[in-house]
Amino acid sequence: MSVVIGIAFGNTSSSIAVATSDGKVDVIANPDGDRSIPSALSYVGADEYHGQQAVNQLVRNASSTIVNFRDFIGVPFAELPASAFSEISSKPLNYNGQVGYKIDGSDVSIQEVTKRHLKQVKLAAEDYIGKTVEGVVMTVPTNFSDVQKAELKKVSADSGLPILQFINEPSAALLAHLSVDDKLLQDRTYVVADFGGVRSDAAVIAVRGGILTILATAHDLNLGGDSLDNALADFFAADFKKKYQANPKSNPRSLAKLKAACIITKKTLSNVQTSTISIDSLADGYDYHTTINRLRYELVARDVLSKMAAFTESVVLRAGLETLDIDEVLLVGGTSHTPKLASNVAFIFPESAVVVAPSLDTKAINPAELIARGAALQASMVESFDEAEINESLAPVVVNTQHIQKSIGLAGADGSFLPILLAETAFPIRKAVQVTASGDVLIALHEGERSIKETVLEAEVYSDDEEAYSDEEPEVRRDVVYVPGTKLAELALKGVSAKVEVVVNITRDGTLTVSAREVKTGAVAVKCETKFA
Amino acid sequence: MSFTLPSLPAGFESQFKVSAAYTAPVRRPVEPVGRYFLAHATRSMRGHTWSEFEKIEAETNVKVVEEAIDEDDFDVEQSAELLSHDPRNWKTADLYAVLGLSKYRHLATEAQIIKAHRKQVLMHHPDKKSAAGGTLEQDGFFKIIQKAFETIMDSNKRQQFDSVDKAADLLPPSAKSTYDFFTAWAPVFASEARFSKKQPVPELGTLEDDKKTVDAFYNFWNNFDSWRTFEFLDDDVPDDSANRDHKRYIERKNIAARKKHKVEDNRRLIALIQRAQSEDPRIKNFKDAEKAEKAARKWEREAGARKAAEEAAAAKAAAEAAAAEAEAAAKIAKEGGKKAKEAAKAAKKKNKRAVRASAKDSEYFGAAADSESIDAEIDIMIDSFDDATLGEVASKVTGASADTVKTTLQGIAAKLVSEGKVAASSLKFFSA
Repeated sequence: MSVVIGIAFGNTSSSIAVATSDGKVDVIANPDGDRSIPSALSYVGADEYHGQQAVNQLVRNASSTIVNFRDFIGVPFAELPASAFSEISSKPLNYNGQVGYKIDGSDVSIQEVTKRHLKQVKLAAEDYIGKTVEGVVMTVPTNFSDVQKAELKKVSADSGLPILQFINEPSAALLAHLSVDDKLLQDRTYVVADFGGVRSDAAVIAVRGGILTILATAHDLNLGGDSLDNALADFFAADFKKKYQANPKSNPRSLAKLKAACIITKKTLSNVQTSTISIDSLADGYDYHTTINRLRYELVARDVLSKMAAFTESVVLRAGLETLDIDEVLLVGGTSHTPKLASNVAFIFPESAVVVAPSLDTKAINPAELIARGAALQASMVESFDEAEINESLAPVVVNTQHIQKSIGLAGADGSFLPILLAETAFPIRKAVQVTASGDVLIALHEGERSIKETVLEAEVYSDDEEAYSDEEPEVRRDVVYVPGTKLAELALKGVSAKVEVVVNITRDGTLTVSAREVKTGAVAVKCETKFA
Repeated sequence: MSFTLPSLPAGFESQFKVSAAYTAPVRRPVEPVGRYFLAHATRSMRGHTWSEFEKIEAETNVKVVEEAIDEDDFDVEQSAELLSHDPRNWKTADLYAVLGLSKYRHLATEAQIIKAHRKQVLMHHPDKKSAAGGTLEQDGFFKIIQKAFETIMDSNKRQQFDSVDKAADLLPPSAKSTYDFFTAWAPVFASEARFSKKQPVPELGTLEDDKKTVDAFYNFWNNFDSWRTFEFLDDDVPDDSANRDHKRYIERKNIAARKKHKVEDNRRLIALIQRAQSEDPRIKNFKDAEKAEKAARKWEREAGARKAAEEAAAAKAAAEAAAAEAEAAAKIAKEGGKKAKEAAKAAKKKNKRAVRASAKDSEYFGAAADSESIDAEIDIMIDSFDDATLGEVASKVTGASADTVKTTLQGIAAKLVSEGKVAASSLKFFSA
């Protein structure tokens, strides 16, 4: 029996998940018990450390510990960003034009490093499942180039994990989120914001008839959990300096210790209101011990958190939309545990938009696991196909599909608009709606025109002594409404008694057929066709 | 917010009216994830229209449901013997039968095991027994069910149990009975095949298989790599640390027993294969065919010598035939001479008689008194005739008139006398 797993290979951490036969997804923990396995390798003498054990080596053996290497696969050394060299870890070096690292005095290529990491991941997965893994679905960021994918595919195959399919991280996360209650068939527009360890990615994804289309993406390679850790470290360093006149940022070891402690504090503060931080011999032999509450943390990290929220908004603008057009915001990545981030994002989007984050919805899936879960779901779907079939279905002719640009729907008696197909629906598509009607009715198919309806909410009546507030602008509630635009076709149905079913069908070549019939046995449908301009 | 359709305006006569084309679409990649994309890809690749696709989907869904209905065939109930099995000796129970999987045994899938176990638990749970009036102590069979489930769900332990699952073994046909080799042996090999580390295992095949297939088959079995282990038959190792020596003794004993079982099993398998090989009609056929081929080859190899021998024989025969022919010809020739002689002799006799009779027939030419002397003279003439003269005379005198006979004989007599063959004195009558 073949086992195909999903791997979310991240810069900071990787997770592995496998779908069981009954449709549930298990996120696999490595032998250390981590479900979010740090993508890190460390070499001390002849020993190899992986995952959290390697991260722990950052304090003592920073120079032989490799972290955050995923993004550099297949990238020429000359094109590395400056930030790649700022880490307290093994620095990348030029390995025949490619990126390499120094391990134990000898240089190894990034491919070798990746291979060793993936082998450890495979080992963890096989230990858990008890069977050999025969294929993986791997997730990559949307800006991963074809060269990088090809390189990763090769390395992965070398490490015994042949990649059946690459899928984009935001799509994987959204798939996992939508599969829980099978919400795939609801036509909605999502923002998937992924806040990782060192980078942030966001995408606007339209879900139409179960098919996902990315409308826009945004990337910020210098924004992530690390930025929060740094803000916190700066704060503690200043505090430490004030107390002991010693600067913990002056030597790398103290800095590594401080950062490691800050990461733990940050994670703790996502769950509880106060946390302690205690580091033995932080700098100059002084121990450091203090407590911090969540409010203080949020103040310290305010800049970063608002940048993150602004980043989320930026992707919506890139898609040519407004936050009003977004139905749901899905926060992904370990950093999304931060409550303030979720509330900041919720503040930007209208009230109608749902923000999915663990601090707002206790039933939300762990955001750090979403991507791996999505990959596992996709893996369970493709495992019954052979490679040729998968590649065939990934061919541009299948994947590149026409999308209608304006929603199509019916005009109502009062000038309202009932959308049947939303904008950005990929065709071929067929969709039916049922509307109540009686007598002789006109079924008018229109394109929808988007407009913003502003409603002035009545200001609350304050008592006299709160006069100061009366200057406030009245609160305006804005909603996106659609009104019937260009008329496409009209159908007449006579003598209808109860309900009418309207079916809109767009074929592969773009022919739009609308048909209407009364919902009763033996009713005859009226049909007509149009094309796109 | 309810939505109502506008009523038909006056003057809208036709059934439908197309007003405009919709805004031009944009081509974008869709994300290749999720089952709806899978459906989209299938539609795109096969070129199905929406309704065709729905039809196909509907058909496949129906199939799934049907399969689900007639899928499992679990045992309805267990034998009384099994139900009263001592849970302390659970290892000796047929664990598949305990779960109701006796029809599937080592072929039961994980899903089937889980389903069957659930069914059994529902039936045999102690709570249910006590509700039905039993006591809580009647949970022996339930304990066995749990042990069986534990064993069979663990792939390692399941292998150990499968190794000693006697009920799944198929014995080879009895050597005394008569049976068809293939129908009798195929299930035996199929049953042994489950222990193979290498899968798939070649099948026994049919009588028509070629030598290569058959050789490959026996080669596989002669190099059979079996995972069969006999840990399941181990004695329980006491887990108390009180007597370490005893514990080690039991462990050693178990290992020795396992080894012994394994050796026995290997020996059994080797014997089985040897027997099958000796009985296999194909091998016999191949041997016969080989023998025939060998003979044919020999025949061909000796073709030259044989031809020479043939030629020699032919020559000999030809010679013999020729000799025989010659002999026959000689014989015929010889016999021909004799006959002619005899014929000539007979003719001479006949002529002599005709000449002799001619005088008597001519009534001695009127001189009957001289008949004796006439006869004597004719005899003298006849004696002096040569063959040609005799024939001539005989033909002249036969049936001739008396005068002609007399003239002829007188002519002859004169001739004989003139030739000096006969003295004229002895032929007084005819010379006169």
